[in-house]
Amino acid sequence: MRINCPHCGPRDSAEYTYYGDASRVRPSLTDTGVEHWHAYVHERNNVKGPMQEFWHHLHGCRQWLVVTRNTATHEIGAVRFAKSPVSDTAGA
Amino acid sequence: MTQYSALAVLRNALSGNTGWTRAWRDPEPKPAYDVVIIGSGHGVATAYYLAKEHGIRNIAVLDKGWLGGGNIGRNTTIIRSNYMLDGNTQFYEWSMKLWEGLSHEINFNTMVSHRGLYNLAHTPGQWDQMARRGNIMRLNGIDAELFTLPELKRRVRYLDYSPTARFPIYGALHQPRAGTVRHDAVAWGYARAADKLGVDIIQNCEVTGFLRDTAGRVTGVSTTRGDIGAGKVGMAVAGNSSLLADKVGLKLPIESHVLQAFVSEPIKPLVDHVITFGAGHFYVSQSDKGGLVFGGDLDGYNSYAQRGNLPTVEHVVTEGKTLIPQIARVKLVRSWGGIMDMSMDGSPIICKSPIDGLYLNAGWCYGGFKATPASGWCFAWTIAKDVPHEFNAKFTLDRFRRGVPIDEKGQGPVPGWH
Repeated sequence: MRINCPHCGPRDSAEYTYYGDASRVRPSLTDTGVEHWHAYVHERNNVKGPMQEFWHHLHGCRQWLVVTRNTATHEIGAVRFAKSPVSDTAGA
Repeated sequence: MTQYSALAVLRNALSGNTGWTRAWRDPEPKPAYDVVIIGSGHGVATAYYLAKEHGIRNIAVLDKGWLGGGNIGRNTTIIRSNYMLDGNTQFYEWSMKLWEGLSHEINFNTMVSHRGLYNLAHTPGQWDQMARRGNIMRLNGIDAELFTLPELKRRVRYLDYSPTARFPIYGALHQPRAGTVRHDAVAWGYARAADKLGVDIIQNCEVTGFLRDTAGRVTGVSTTRGDIGAGKVGMAVAGNSSLLADKVGLKLPIESHVLQAFVSEPIKPLVDHVITFGAGHFYVSQSDKGGLVFGGDLDGYNSYAQRGNLPTVEHVVTEGKTLIPQIARVKLVRSWGGIMDMSMDGSPIICKSPIDGLYLNAGWCYGGFKATPASGWCFAWTIAKDVPHEFNAKFTLDRFRRGVPIDEKGQGPVPGWH
């Protein structure tokens, strides 16, 4: 797999580390309810098909990226910096 | 159906092998069954024990593909019971005990080989941890031996013990009863034995949804071969558990990941045991045909594609070469990827689901194959009696919510262990 880093260009996936589903939203720290935290920490959508994921360009520009990748085919689509539109929930 | 025996082999040798009959039937699905099991890996074991131990004979096992085409045929065939935490320890030891008598019980040679497994330690800290694990195993009645370096060198001669080794070997924890089993034979043997007890094994029958009554109870499944009613439905589809559970609105603590395995060209007998490299993640054994069968880490990203990528291939073979330098020029002939249900603590789930009529067998991580007999046995118990056996009582779905995971590595809710 090659990920097209918006800063560095297309690079081998071995340069990156993986953090998983980018659609998960961390509950507010003032939320002490078990259910929300259980859902956030343990449960997964585990999508088959296009999925938004966090990848960290660790051996490159060290930016966190949101990569759209098809989990059924490994095909990589859109890539953007995580810091742009997603909120502070990136959980880096 | 023919009983397999040395005499039958001899008789057929003389009669040109014309006396064999097919090993299991290929029935059309009936409109309804007492129990429908989805998935023919752990599923055939479950059906067998439901029929044999609990007297439930009106069972169908459905598979979307062919028997043995899922993870039961996509693994490195290792069996072991060297676990440490309550719940896992007893469960995997029960599985080992079932392996010991399996070939005779189901009249099928599953080639169970207790060749022993050496977990290598590379640091004093790792050694101490292995001593602890070994003691816990022995306290649970499981065989374990701790070997210092001189003893290990005498027993396992082909590892890199040189002073310049990148990760010098310090010692090993040995489980003598661990070993390998021929994986296809497990699927075939259980299928044949279950079929003999009246179980319908229905291949090429993909479940596309669940039938539910007004109270929400699962009353059957819809499939590519029509609707099939069921008193109870058990799902044992590790790799695809989340997708199937999603059809009843159930969200699981599971991510699907691809794990690659490899086979080398056949070589003369070299690796007599199962060896695991402790400084990374690499495990190897040698098949009866001579190929080295080995694997290592997950590729590390969510995947439903039954194939991995090259960086992981390089990583795994590098570990192998580090450990056994003489295999450097052996060629790979085969590699494949299996899709693992990676649970959030590295331990499985065998329980009633929160939905009436639906039973869960999922979350097998790296370790589903060795668990096949006990998984089937415990799942059958749970389905038949509506309560778990003590061996799977801790493998509940709500253990995560309740904060009592079975986390052997003690590293928190990350889908990557075992």
